[in-house]
Amino acid sequence: MRIAIIGFGSVGRGVAEVIVAKNLGIRVTAVADSKSGAIDPSGLDIAAVLKNKKETGICGSPDITVSDIISSDAYDVLIEVSPTNAETAEPALGYIRKALTAGKHVVTSNKGPVALRYDELHTLATEHNVQFRYEATVCGAIPLMHTIESGIAGNTISRLYGVFNGTCNYILTRMAEEGLTYQQALLEARELGYAEADPTYDVKGIDAAIKLVILANVVWGIKKTLADVDIVGIDGVTSAAIALAEQEDQTIRLIGEIDPANEILRVSPTILPKSHPLVVRGTLNAVTIETDLAGEITLIGKGAGSSETASAIISDLLFIRDCHGRRD
Amino acid sequence: MKLEMKDSPGQLVSVLTPIRDIGGNILSVIHERDPGAGKDILDIQIMCDIPEGTLEPLISGFRTRGINVLRVGEERFLVRRSVILIGHLIHTDISDTIGRIDSTGYAEVHELSMVMPAINEPSSAKMTIKSDSLKDINRALAILRDVARAKGFLIIEPLEGN
Ligand SMILES: NC(=O)c1ccc[n+]([C@@H]2O[C@H](COP(=O)([O-])OP(=O)(O)OC[C@H]3O[C@@H](n4cnc5c(N)ncnc54)[C@H](OP(=O)(O)O)[C@@H]3O)[C@@H](O)[C@H]2O)c1
Repeated sequence: MRIAIIGFGSVGRGVAEVIVAKNLGIRVTAVADSKSGAIDPSGLDIAAVLKNKKETGICGSPDITVSDIISSDAYDVLIEVSPTNAETAEPALGYIRKALTAGKHVVTSNKGPVALRYDELHTLATEHNVQFRYEATVCGAIPLMHTIESGIAGNTISRLYGVFNGTCNYILTRMAEEGLTYQQALLEARELGYAEADPTYDVKGIDAAIKLVILANVVWGIKKTLADVDIVGIDGVTSAAIALAEQEDQTIRLIGEIDPANEILRVSPTILPKSHPLVVRGTLNAVTIETDLAGEITLIGKGAGSSETASAIISDLLFIRDCHGRRD
Repeated sequence: MKLEMKDSPGQLVSVLTPIRDIGGNILSVIHERDPGAGKDILDIQIMCDIPEGTLEPLISGFRTRGINVLRVGEERFLVRRSVILIGHLIHTDISDTIGRIDSTGYAEVHELSMVMPAINEPSSAKMTIKSDSLKDINRALAILRDVARAKGFLIIEPLEGN
């Protein structure tokens, strides 16, 4: 199976490293970052590309564009791992449309296109008899989509709720365990690389809300957008509030919840007993699926990181290969 | 509930023990000597708050102590829900906020613990609302949410359905 990787940052390089380290039968035939690209239909020397990126900051030649790669016939699956744009989903949306229309499978970790255009992309994939997969967009390494799609196939899902943002969970954990103020915990998260220089997306609950929008569309087919989510972030949570919860063996976590029957679609700081399975520590994510047959299922795992996100992408790739005929 | 027991010194205490054993809380006790029933029999009416599902063990606890349970009154559910409020609670008139719940007639603010922050920082408080039914608790919480929106404070609620 031949893949083209668009975006060669933390996730793109993570995927490349797995392919170098493991003999999975996957060949990388094209890569691109924001300034350059490389194509070789017989397979790139991916270890050399990784080295080049590390030493020069670019992965290929400035003469080769993403567009050249996508319109080429050098690949079977497009791995779209460029930055998320929550407003327009571009340029990733355009890349994905083009690849699907050309009859290529697409695997992405990019939340923008799935949150904004799931219906269109899903339909496009079906029309061209290819797969469009996005396991990595929600809860990083946790196999949430696979669990819903095959693990508990046949169940009716009534409600989904959990911890969808590792940065917020880290901050709240530190406030609870060390009595830090919000500002102190945020500073610490930044120093450790868990929070961006501009943490707005995470701490205001927007990132978690985008993931809920993806789940609402994918799991229930309800066409919701970011504007439909009731969002309260963690930036107003005081250490005194957490201390009050602790008095009763409870704590506060940022919980995202979808309960279509009760018209609930919200992200908000929530009080939970400390013994609750969703009270996970540090940057972990956790999600509970409420079903009719299986009861409740809670999955816990790493929500981000290079090899963790690559894990979700690789599993999508192998699913396509093993369930949709090998094309190499 | 209405109880009947021997009127001898120290007997009243034996009513308290079974209630304490199941983790209950006595709200009121009325006792009177029933003139028709002989002078060594004491009638007691007791109102207490007990954890869910402990009524049966309580009744058998009385029996083993020789206390006769004459009548068990209407068992009423007591629902409590604690929320945390963050904001300028005092400057937005906390007593008015409490009054909005208490004036409903179906729910009341049972407890309020407040933590004083530094000047200009928002304060945090834990408010426990009490009512007879889940439905009324939810009605009261809906009022509190409206008040919070209007007064601009944050309300953190427990995860439901757990
Ligand atoms: N990191 C995680 O743990 C994680 C987890 C789940 C989902 N995601 C999602 O996965 C995607 C990638 O994340 P990341 O952490 O790898 O980001 P990143 O480290 O910032 O890397 C982004 C890569 O995309 C390239 N790029 C930027 N603009 C581009 C364009 N217009 N066309 C092609 N490539 C472009 C960048 O090029 P340069 O190298 O030239 O700058 C860089 O190589 C994002 O959508 C993110 O939201 C990430």
